[in-house]
Amino acid sequence: MIDRRDFCKKALLIAGGMAIPLSALELFDPKRLLAEKNDPAPTRWVFLVDTHKCVGCGFCVKACKIENEIPYDANVTRTWVERYVISRDGKTHIDSPKGARDGFISPKMEQGVEHPVEVRNEDIAKAFFVPKLCNQCDNPPCVQVCPVGATYQTADGVVLVDRSWCIGCGYCIMGCPYGVRFFHPVYHVAEKCNFCYHRITKGMKTACVDACPFGARRIGNLKDPNDPVTRVIMTERVNVLKEEYGTKPQVFYLGLTKEVK
Amino acid sequence: MVHGEAWTIKEFFCYPNEYIYWTIQIVMYPFMTGLVAGAFVLSSLYHVFGVKQLKEIARFSLVFSFALLPVAMMPLMLHLQQPLRGIEVMMTPHFTSAIAAFGIVFTTYALIVASELWFVYRVYFVETATALGEKRERTLWEGILYLIYRLLIMGAWDISHEAVEKDEKAVKVLAATGIPVACFLHGYAGFIFGSVKANALWMTPLMPVIFICSAVVSGIALCIVTYTVTMELRKMIFSWKRQQKPWLPSTDELKSAEVQVVTMTSKYLLMFLVLAITLELLDLIFRGYTALKSWDILRSVIYDKDFFKIFVLQYGCGNAIPFVLLLLPRLSLKRVVFCSLLVLMGVFMMRWNVVIGGQAFSSSFAGFMEYRLPVWPTTMELFKEGLFGAIMVAITPFVLFFGLTRILPIFNLKDSH
Repeated sequence: MIDRRDFCKKALLIAGGMAIPLSALELFDPKRLLAEKNDPAPTRWVFLVDTHKCVGCGFCVKACKIENEIPYDANVTRTWVERYVISRDGKTHIDSPKGARDGFISPKMEQGVEHPVEVRNEDIAKAFFVPKLCNQCDNPPCVQVCPVGATYQTADGVVLVDRSWCIGCGYCIMGCPYGVRFFHPVYHVAEKCNFCYHRITKGMKTACVDACPFGARRIGNLKDPNDPVTRVIMTERVNVLKEEYGTKPQVFYLGLTKEVK
Repeated sequence: MVHGEAWTIKEFFCYPNEYIYWTIQIVMYPFMTGLVAGAFVLSSLYHVFGVKQLKEIARFSLVFSFALLPVAMMPLMLHLQQPLRGIEVMMTPHFTSAIAAFGIVFTTYALIVASELWFVYRVYFVETATALGEKRERTLWEGILYLIYRLLIMGAWDISHEAVEKDEKAVKVLAATGIPVACFLHGYAGFIFGSVKANALWMTPLMPVIFICSAVVSGIALCIVTYTVTMELRKMIFSWKRQQKPWLPSTDELKSAEVQVVTMTSKYLLMFLVLAITLELLDLIFRGYTALKSWDILRSVIYDKDFFKIFVLQYGCGNAIPFVLLLLPRLSLKRVVFCSLLVLMGVFMMRWNVVIGGQAFSSSFAGFMEYRLPVWPTTMELFKEGLFGAIMVAITPFVLFFGLTRILPIFNLKDSH
């Protein structure tokens, strides 16, 4: 029969004996070792949108839908363009018919079930277009809330979805403040813009960047100081969307104003 | 058609990908888990705190809580786009997600309720199995029952005084651990919503607490309703059977016992109701007072678009009216049941206003979305996330309850629990 003193002694011995190999696990964390040896990711993909250059042609949306096989007529899209018309009385009107897949062909602005509004040219104080896409946040809320780890962030900063693992709960869609996520109409799993990861990792540009005739969209590597995109971000006055959510978005905008939602 | 398009109506500017993705089944999910947690808390009032008057309803609500348990999972499975992969939440949980804890919390809770039930019913199992075993000729149903009970006993045939006392102690411990776990199960359902920073209506640290209080309220209310209905049925059956078997309790005897239990339970209902209303109003006032960026759109949702659902159905019919009716003197059985039904409707509306109301506005804060509940199921999707899917979820616990009570009778047990 073991007495109390012996029990305490042996318990301490076992606890101590177990603590050593367990702490070794911490000592040799392969991820940290790699990180200390050299920067594991020489790349951080970022996006730069120059709203001054965007004319709302919608080529980017069209190109994206075809490149990434999002059913052409489905009312969801990985990227879209918003039209902002601010009238002289201070009212802001916004629309994005079919995500601007066909551009903005009518001066009438869609208002959902409400009647479309048309602001007369002489009443317009300012008007502009804002392209939107996934912000590939540094602190992505969608990755945080995925219950099965089907969405994850790569070392170079892009957030991807594993179509074979997503259970389709929609929590990531709810968690994204930018509304970039949706359910893929064919695969029935969460879907989002991934900066055309299959292209950028092969040295190409994204489909939307290639399609933009005006150079309003650019993609770059924030870790390369000589990258023209990085230079603009470092030296000019850029802004991001909805900073207050603490998501650290990595799509930078030139010419963003307070009306942009 | 894109998921969500069938029941979403957009007004003004919403982002192109925005639809009402969380629909009636996600309303049913917290409603059903709430009922589970509430029913369990009610049964624990007797087992842990020794509220003797609740003895009759305690066993009833424990069995009912067990019947509700699998149904808490049903709406989630109906909601998932990939229901066959639902098990991944248990297999590869990603613990930064609030949903990932579901498997663990739910399993823990299920085990606690199941083992508590086992301890409560063990003596009954042994006695019945012994009686059935001694019988020379058993009918088919008796044979099946005999087999089930023998399996359930798991070799623990000892029903001596000491053994039974140990059982009672175990029930008490399990019921006591069950309360925090039940609260966690439901508080965590509130956390799933409260932690979504992208949603202005959901994001509040009060959400888990509000969910727990309304859960207990709804659980008690449902137990009152089901208990009374079951008692009424018993009375009918007894008065019919008494012609042959005059030793059965008379209708008056049953009635007086019933009134006492139900009025006592309604006091607890009232208590938790006050707590729930206070917290919900606190949340509303706080939002208005601090008036953050999102308040403009929230105000138009709360005071304009959803006014009827929030202030008339939820607060008015679901909270204020039952509150007054329960406080009025000379409380009758009918009035308690009526109030309980109103309270149930109120809690359902609260879930609705949180889940659907939280998606009633675009995260651009520049547009609204309206949810049209699909009624006639022309496709599987419209069935799953429509009226009939919700009705199916609502009916299942009663079917399960009926089945369970064939094995675990809830009335006329002479054991001490």
